[in-house]
Amino acid sequence: MSKVKLTIDGQKIEVDADSSILDAAKEIGVDIPVLCYHPDLTLHGACRVCVVEDEESGNLLASCATPVADGMNINTRSQKARKARRKNVELLLANHPNDCLGCDRNGQCELQDITHALGIQPEDVDRISGEERVFELDTVGPALKRDPNKCILCGRCVRICEEVQGVSALQFTQRGFNSIVTTAFDLPQAEINCANCGQCATVCPVGAITEMSEIEKVWAALEDDDKHVVVQTAPSIQATLGEEFGYEPGTVVTNKMVAALRRIGFDKVFSTDFAADLTILEEGSEFLKKINGEGELPHITSCCPGWVKYAEHNFPDLLKHLSSAKSPMQMFSALSKTYYPHQAGVEDEKIYTVAIMPCTAKKFEKEREEINSTRFQDTDAVLTTRELARMIKEMGINFNSLPEEEFDQLMGESTGAGAIFGTTGGVAEAAARTVKEKLTGEPLERLNLGFRGVNSAEVNIGDRTVTVAIANGLGNAEKLLEKVRAGECDFDFIEIMACPHGCVGGGGQPRPATNEKKDKRADGLKKIDDESFIRKSHENPQIIKLYKEFLGEPLGGESHHLLHTTYKERPKN
Amino acid sequence: MAEMTKAKMAEFLEPVNDIISRYEKKERYLIPVLQEAQGEYGYLPEEVLKEIAVGLNLSLSQVYGVVTFYSQFHQQPRGNNIIRVCMGTACHVRGGDAVMDAIQDELGIDAGETTDDLEFTLESVACIGACGLAPVIMVNDDTHGRLTPEKIPGILAKYQ
Repeated sequence: MSKVKLTIDGQKIEVDADSSILDAAKEIGVDIPVLCYHPDLTLHGACRVCVVEDEESGNLLASCATPVADGMNINTRSQKARKARRKNVELLLANHPNDCLGCDRNGQCELQDITHALGIQPEDVDRISGEERVFELDTVGPALKRDPNKCILCGRCVRICEEVQGVSALQFTQRGFNSIVTTAFDLPQAEINCANCGQCATVCPVGAITEMSEIEKVWAALEDDDKHVVVQTAPSIQATLGEEFGYEPGTVVTNKMVAALRRIGFDKVFSTDFAADLTILEEGSEFLKKINGEGELPHITSCCPGWVKYAEHNFPDLLKHLSSAKSPMQMFSALSKTYYPHQAGVEDEKIYTVAIMPCTAKKFEKEREEINSTRFQDTDAVLTTRELARMIKEMGINFNSLPEEEFDQLMGESTGAGAIFGTTGGVAEAAARTVKEKLTGEPLERLNLGFRGVNSAEVNIGDRTVTVAIANGLGNAEKLLEKVRAGECDFDFIEIMACPHGCVGGGGQPRPATNEKKDKRADGLKKIDDESFIRKSHENPQIIKLYKEFLGEPLGGESHHLLHTTYKERPKN
Repeated sequence: MAEMTKAKMAEFLEPVNDIISRYEKKERYLIPVLQEAQGEYGYLPEEVLKEIAVGLNLSLSQVYGVVTFYSQFHQQPRGNNIIRVCMGTACHVRGGDAVMDAIQDELGIDAGETTDDLEFTLESVACIGACGLAPVIMVNDDTHGRLTPEKIPGILAKYQ
């Protein structure tokens, strides 16, 4: 890479020629504020919050979108630059609801932070206040809600939905003052081809797109003496929750999380990792049948509800390849209202099941009619990682000083295989471990499928080579599946995760999210796997007990009833 | 459009599918396809936009974004006659407002609306470049200048 010499704030530096002024400034410790810019998305250059002054011409340049040039002399701190930045933020605020106190993002809002950093006062905004846009809120749910009045038109959601997910559920519509990001015909997000992945919510700098909160109903259940509230936590949460309490991304906080959940008042604290191991046994057995000629290959995973809904809209012809195994969350919930009350001697109608998930699509999944196997709704509430953090804060729990506690027995034991479900490649790897060992008795070395994009590997099982592929991010999934559809590739097992990096990059994870952070979170989960005493799903003693005492065999009658589901075609648009 | 039978709907969508079939499945043909479809239907009904989205492999939101951005595209049926009332500076000074009021009274609609019988669509425009004739309106391609509110019924009658 050729280099370019320039001066920023009086400091001479040499940077790669393809850097932007923003990148170059970062190298010398200058953080220029940004709103529409996001490191993982294309440039938009719309908010003008990152303007800097070119000392030669006196012009203001959007530092995110202006490449460096030899001999450039940039002042990021000149009065002119600071005044312009302030004015641009004031103009955004002039048309922004002044209701921070009740906003979901209060205290975690990029616009609020910049307003505070620039010292903008209410009177500065009042002076320029004028006509305001009034849009209807989309609170149809069950996964996401939108308040277009808070939208600052940064376009991050539009770009991530189009560039990374290939869905384009959200778009800029109308023109000029009436411009707004919305869906086709302003339909609720629940009525369109949205996968509910929530990537839009992870990049939104303000409170315009967030999850539909279920905190209140969980408090109500916890405070109801007649309810026995059982909680399960998804594999990825243990490597992401810490961020909400100041830990580095990827720090594993499993045992503090368990302690916090007990203090919130959950009657039993279980792990979805346990059900991930169960998924592997069911799905692995299904895959075994398919490679023995019963059913069509490739076998495609179905544990990600964002992917499942996307497939129903866009690849209905491939639905027959999807595993009929429910997601770990739904398997757990079905067992929490059958196996658990049976074993624990609790009346099943008293059980209230809460799932802590990295995901907004899970809120939708639990509402699917065909997903319920008990006489109740199997999962009563789904909370995102962010919602759990808010409950911990509301309870006044000092997370950092919590003791280390263990999950409750019966459905709390998990393996390394279960933990890596929370990152891309994890499901494929966990399945391969079990399938290979069941068929040949030989253990599997690590597949190391990597964290980003599309990847594939070959696993030698006896005299047969099984080809495994993974894709994360729906845009990547689309490319891979178009090839499958066209018969251009010949994979046996395909793992798909709707979110980039899998669940560690989920729509319900701590904000703001970047690829760099997600890599670290995935490393955290791999570490759990490396350090696990048991690393294969079929060796989980609680799973062995479950089959022995309750379910019988994988794919057997009871398993089929409680642990498997169906899918249906949905319109493309 | 919910009341249409499947067969009727297929027949209704035949022209737009015909248009789509003449283009490659590429995003860049969206505007020409929308223009042709509007030429055919007079406006862009929701069902037609859905067909175009699927036909060009775009999401419906992308199509909707383009349709709502350009003023040339209409999502509601348009009248047989389009009345454009000039609201530019010269027309404003010489009583454009009164002319607009007279047309609104006569047709019983506001600017931006279409009469129930689909005879007239009324629009206000910034300037049509005929300031010498202010106040001025255009009905389709005809220009009517030096207007007073009293002249309006007679002019509209010619188009009914």
